[in-house]
Amino acid sequence: MNNQRRTVLKSGSGATLLGMLAAAGIITPGMALADWNKAAFDAKSMADTLKALGAASPADSKGVQVTGPDIAENGAVVPVGVASSLPNISMVAILIEKNPNALAATFTLPEGTEANVQTRVKMGQTSNIYALVKSDGKFFMATKEIKVTLGGCGG
Amino acid sequence: MGNPMKIRAANKDGVTEVKVLVSHEMETGQRKDANGAIVPAWFITELVAKHGDKTVLSAEFGPSVSKNPYLAFKFKGGAKGDKVTVSWKDNKGDSRTDEAAIA
Repeated sequence: MNNQRRTVLKSGSGATLLGMLAAAGIITPGMALADWNKAAFDAKSMADTLKALGAASPADSKGVQVTGPDIAENGAVVPVGVASSLPNISMVAILIEKNPNALAATFTLPEGTEANVQTRVKMGQTSNIYALVKSDGKFFMATKEIKVTLGGCGG
Repeated sequence: MGNPMKIRAANKDGVTEVKVLVSHEMETGQRKDANGAIVPAWFITELVAKHGDKTVLSAEFGPSVSKNPYLAFKFKGGAKGDKVTVSWKDNKGDSRTDEAAIA
């Protein structure tokens, strides 16, 4: 049995876990990227992810649309799109509630780029997908449930 | 280095739509191989698209973006023949840049 891994798993979250991982030599310091938002991508729950993104309590908005299939046969490739009619959108994020780490991707949109992005994500199981947008400095959110018949994060 | 990206960029009514298909494993770090050992995470962390010198989109990915990531977005402006450049960087420090002309 891999005891080292067990220790790491037990050791908690956030900085402690990172410190442990670094100490255990599982991740080398060189792997840490300067501008990649590690805290947000490492957060497990929706609430922690939102906090790490600086969006503690986003308001639900009809101005944000999440598109995707109602039922995804293959959780490894789920097409998801986010579009919004809100003004001055600077950031779009896609979150999958029941994935091991909720945050899938964030997009920074400079002026002139439309709030309309499409990508494909993996889903471990049936879950709500959240689209988070930052419009005029405020956060708004929309959600859609996608049912998955075959998970994409299996082992 | 990875394989080349497929980039399509088309201008219609003053708006350029860019579609990118990246060739990358996007390993989550959750899977185990036949011996039960964890397959280490290997995924694209950052992707930047530029029109000329101007950044039109910057993205950060987590491991739950699909294998061979697909991305589509639109930006205002861009003319036929202009170059669109897309670069990515992964968590192993690998990177790649490809470009395409707007059709």
